[in-house]
Formats: sequence, structure tokens, C-alpha cells
Amino acid sequence: MTSHMTGAKMVVQALKDQGVDTVFGYPGGAVLPIYDEIFQQNEIRHILVRHEQGAVHAAEGYARSTGRPGVVLVTSGPGATNAVTGLTDALMDSIPLVVLTGQVPTFMIGSDAFQEADTVGITRPCTKHNWLVKDTDKLATILHEAFHVAKSGRPGPVLVDIPKDVQFASGNYVSGKKVPASEYKPKLKGDIELIKKLVEAIEQSEKPILYTGGGVINSGTAASQLLRELVKSTNFPITSTLMGLGCYPASGDNWLGMLGMHGLYEANMAMHDCDLMINIGARFDDRITGRIDAFSPTSKKAHIDIDPSSINKVIHVDIPIIGDIAHVLDDVLNMWKARGRKTNSAAISKWWAQIDEWRSVKCLNYKNSKKTIKPQFALERLEELTRNRSDRYICTEVGQHQMWAAQFLGFEQPNQWMTSGGLGTMGYGFPASIGVQIAHPNALVINVAGEASWLMNMQEMGTAVQYNLPVKQFILNNERLGMVRQWQELLHGERYSHSWSDALPDFVKLADAFGAKGIMVSDPADLDDAILEMVSYDGPVLFDCLVEKHENCFPMIPSGEPHNKMLLGEAETGDAIGSSGAVLV
Amino acid sequence: MSALKIKKGSSKHSAYNLRSSFGDEIQTHTLAILVDNEAGVLARVIGLFSGRGYNIDSLTVAEVDHEGHLSRITIVTTGTPQVIEQIKAQLGRIVPVHEVHDLTVDGPHVERELALLKVGGKGEKRVEALRLADIFRAHAVDSTLDSFTFQITGTPEKVDAFAELMRPLGLIEIARTGVAALSRG
Repeated sequence: MTSHMTGAKMVVQALKDQGVDTVFGYPGGAVLPIYDEIFQQNEIRHILVRHEQGAVHAAEGYARSTGRPGVVLVTSGPGATNAVTGLTDALMDSIPLVVLTGQVPTFMIGSDAFQEADTVGITRPCTKHNWLVKDTDKLATILHEAFHVAKSGRPGPVLVDIPKDVQFASGNYVSGKKVPASEYKPKLKGDIELIKKLVEAIEQSEKPILYTGGGVINSGTAASQLLRELVKSTNFPITSTLMGLGCYPASGDNWLGMLGMHGLYEANMAMHDCDLMINIGARFDDRITGRIDAFSPTSKKAHIDIDPSSINKVIHVDIPIIGDIAHVLDDVLNMWKARGRKTNSAAISKWWAQIDEWRSVKCLNYKNSKKTIKPQFALERLEELTRNRSDRYICTEVGQHQMWAAQFLGFEQPNQWMTSGGLGTMGYGFPASIGVQIAHPNALVINVAGEASWLMNMQEMGTAVQYNLPVKQFILNNERLGMVRQWQELLHGERYSHSWSDALPDFVKLADAFGAKGIMVSDPADLDDAILEMVSYDGPVLFDCLVEKHENCFPMIPSGEPHNKMLLGEAETGDAIGSSGAVLV
Repeated sequence: MSALKIKKGSSKHSAYNLRSSFGDEIQTHTLAILVDNEAGVLARVIGLFSGRGYNIDSLTVAEVDHEGHLSRITIVTTGTPQVIEQIKAQLGRIVPVHEVHDLTVDGPHVERELALLKVGGKGEKRVEALRLADIFRAHAVDSTLDSFTFQITGTPEKVDAFAELMRPLGLIEIARTGVAALSRG
């Protein structure tokens, strides 16, 4: 179908063609024609945020919890520049987004016009790809291509910059099905020779470990199913990065917990001592590897990733397999089964005995208190009181609370955990929880937050109230920038430079002012009732949980140290970080 | 350096910078990149190099296929073997990039560069400049009573050598195109 229509109408038509049901946005001069078209239809729902950064994070929450691309519509100039943090966040965590920005009319580009910014120039390094549309006839094709690029291969954010005269002008609309096949076709099937090598390694390994990441979730639910089958039939232990939580269930027998800087002792020790490491959709991030030259020194390493540039970027691997996780795991399983389902089970039993010894260290132990709420305790209670909800979605902000949430909450399914991993964006969680709730109106959506992170995008309370989104803002309030404070304690001679706020709001009154519900709790004895009240309330809740102010997050691999040099608690922190580690972040 | 006191290259299966085989010597590679000739494509390629801290020794770009709207970018870059591999993989990720060829690895190839040199002088120096230009098969493409502009083509080394000889004879200005390269056969 081709037909004649304005550029603004094409935008709405293309979104419908692509199956989009929700757009997060904020209007402005350069997108008014598109907003006019949105006004005149009912198929696409527009969610009015309170800041463009909120729109992008909300779209990320929508995308991560559904597996479909999130869509954002903002105006030129400040609208576009405010979107930059969200774009970078989505690029680092491989989240598919299509961001549409208005632009000044083509004949004014370059004249420093009102609300003009070089949007494609500014966003070039923080998008997977971007386009400036100068011709209405090309608009539809570019929009369809934008969705294709955002979703294909390693997903990521794309941006289409649309000048206002292109929105007003008329041109030919081409439907998604009629668009010529895209040149962008990432490889999905893995090299069969390398898959054979991996199967042989699986058969022989005495101390294997599966190290999984966000790529499993991005690959789709089939990848998680195949991964679970692989774990079950080989009895291999499995750990995951922050991004991959949920692809294997936390209640599963072979689950070692998260690995990395604040990962579990058993997971990190197993990574260090293994003889076969199978990296599935993770990227050897510096939060995972710690000291590179002492990273898992005795293991053979396999790496399955759809992005060729992830291979050998940080760690040299012996078996690099480029392809989609679900395709590759399917081939691995089929070949392994056809060759007789062999593993070195005697050796693997011994390996499990060693792992159980590490587990017995109980690295997440903490000293509880009857007087003050420990943040770990608050999360344990939250977990206990909400784990029965299979429709529970957890978002987080960034910092100590994020790591505690990853340690103390259990995820049984993929797409139920939304956190800013690569970029570490404070202010991510609240708008992300809004996006998740929009996609899953009846689900229990909880944003585990710190008070400092939460304040960074608190204007989105307006959005939550306007759309009556029952998002639960679970704030672990220590009146500190907890992770900054922890590093200052361990690394900077306990000089707490600017890591607390002297002027925090009364969160209950703040909730009240926005027309939401506020709950404050400070006594451990009241915690359970308060959590139940939060969960059962039908509307947005600001839950102000006053917690221990000086709690540190353990276990911890100090910067510049390998996996087997973990700090397990306060007693071990002495001179743990050497001067060479202090320069690392 | 290593907390575990592992000697470099002593472990067969280990993190890459324990491996001697991986190599940390700096190499020079010539890459040929075929891209869609669209707005901003050169900025994407250059932005990749600056953003990730890679080197560009020379860069040339021009449309080579008008109907297909394809441009060919030739980049001479330096880095360790691991960095070179990363550069190629990262280039391949750019959406309008169609092909990335490492001519240095692919086999024998021809590299040529064109340069214009303005040389000023009178008397014996002027005659000597003309004599050397003849030896290097450089052509005078412009001349005044007290200057020549020579055009020279060849490998970058040949251009370097010619420029060095012109320097004491009154080299005023030099413009170089950077390397264009094709594989042999």
C-alpha cells in the first residue's frame, strides 16, 4: 500500500504499522504537527512524562519488560539533549528504542534557530544508528528501517530527527511490508565447527561454569528455556551478571547467584577456579572481571555473542561463537544430545562439593538490629512478602540499594528485572517503573531506590499520579549517597566529601503534595505491615524506609583485585585497596 | 604486576594479557571500508576512532560507485593486534558500513599516495630541484620564475623521501592525499 499523506501522519501510520501501542513523550514547537495527528486517533496511547529523560527511561522499562522496542517522541533542541542520558543508558545495556525528535525546518538548519541543536551529531555516539530526514518521501522507509535496526542483532536505541517542514509536507507512504529488504542483517547461526569444539569441552570439563548475561534475555524467551534445559541436563553450575538475572530461576538448584564486584562468594570463586567458562551473552565487563591479568587464570573460555566486537575485546577467548543465543544453544544442545549426552559427572560432583563449601561461607550474612532497619533486612522482608507474585517486576536506581536488591531478591523469569547496568544512571528506576506499569497494568511493579537516586527524576510523580499507575517506590533512605560514602570510607580516609544531603524532603508530605500515598517506616517491627500496606494500596506509593545510615555493601571485590580476593565483611576492609586500585572506578 | 605471580605466557588458557602469543607490538594496518555514501557516514567512522582512542595515520574517502551510492574509505591505522581486531569489529558494527577489508592481512596490495609540493628558489637550487624531480618521476604542474609545484605519486615512503630532499632546496608547502590502496590480482 502506498498513499499520499503528510509527514506527521506518516509518523503515526508507521508506528501503527510497526504494532506500537504506546509512545512516551513531551510536546514542543518542532513536533506539534505529529502531536496534532496523535490527537486525532485512538490506537496509539501517548504517555505525557514530566521530563524527556523520564520518557526515555520509561520507554526502556517498557522495552525490557516486554521485549518490544520502546518509543519516544520529543521536541527539538532541549527535548533532544534531555534524551541523551537515556539513549546512552539504552546503548550500554542493549535496549531497543526508537526515539523520534522534532527538528527546526530544513531551511533553518545551521542558522542557530530557536531550539535548534545538532541532534544527529550529538546523538551519533549514543545511538546504534540515527537519521536526519530531509525528504518526506523517504520518511516512511526510514521509520521502518529504524525499527528493524533497533530490534535486530544486538538491540539498541535509534533516533530519527524530523524537521518540521518535513512533517507538514506531503509524500508517499510505504507500508512496512513494502519496504525493500534491509542491508542490515546480523548473523544468527553460529559456526558449526566452533560449536563442536564447545560440545567437546562440555563433555570433558571437570570444573565448568556458565556465565550468563543480558544477551540471553535480549535473545528472547526461547533462549532462557534452552539455557534452563542445558543446565538441567548437564548439571553445570550457573551464575549471571546483573543484566542477566532471571534467565535462570533463582530457586533453581544450580544457581550460584550473581557474580562480580558485589557478587556472591561462591559465584566468584567458581569463576576463578573453573576449567571451562562458557560466557553466554555477557561481555566481560570490568565489574565482572576485576583484575584482568588474574581473571580465571586456568580456564578454557568460550564466548557466545551476537556482536563480533564483544569477542576478544577484554578477555581473550578460546572458542568464540558469533550468533544469536537461542540459535547457538539449540545447536549446542542438539549436537551434545546426538553425541550421547556425555559429561564428566564424577568430576562435576567433586566440583559441586567444592562449591557447596564456598556456599557454606554464607557471604550475604549481615548483622541485623532490633532498633534500626538494616537495608538487607528490608529487602529480605520485601522478598518474603512479594515472592508469591509471579507478576512482580522490580526496577532499581543505582548504588548500594541496587546491589542489595540483586543479592536479596530472587528472579524466576526473564524481563522482570530492570536496572541500569552499563551506564549506572541514577534516576533510571522511577521512570522505568512507570514504563513497566504502562506495559503491565495489573502487575506489581516495585522500584527499589535510594533517596538520592530517586530525587533525580522525582518529577515523574506527576506522570504516575496522572495515569494512576500503582508503582511502588521502595526507598531505602539512609540520607547518604551510600555507595559513594562506602568508597570514601574504604578509599579516601573516611573523608565524606559531599556524600550526604542536609535538606531531604519529608517524603510522606511530598507524596501527599503530588496526590499519591506516602508511608514512612523506621522501626523493624513495623516493616511487614508497612510493606503489606504498600502492596495492597491501589495507586502510586512513596515508601520511605529509614535504614541504617552507615551500612556497607558486601561481599566486595576491591578495585584492581582478582575474584579470589573478596572482602566478606567489615573486619576485612583494612588496607584492601592498593594505590593502583584506587585509580579505578 | 600480577598478584598471583604468574609469568607472562606461562598459562595456556588465561586472560589475554598473560599470553605472549597475543602480542603487544604496535603494527600498521591499511583498512579499506566500503560504506553507503550518506550524510554523516564519515563522521561515524572518525567518531569511532576518536571515541575509542584509536589512531588514524592517514584517511582518504571518495565515492566509487555512483549508482550504488557507495564510498570507499581507506584508513591507515596503528595498534596492537588486539586493537586492530577491535577496530575492524567496531567498524563492522556501523550500520551503513558494508565491508571492512584489512589489506595488510588479506595479502599483497598496492598503496599509492599523491602529493603536491611547492618549492621556491633560484639558481643552482632550482636546477637541482628539477633534476631530483625527474629522478622521482614527479611532474612540474605549475611554475613561476622563482617556484615550482611538483606532483608526485607513489608509496608514502617515496613521497617522504622526495619531501626530505626538497626541504633544503626551498620546500614551502606540501599537500598530501593520504593512501589509496587495492589488493593485488
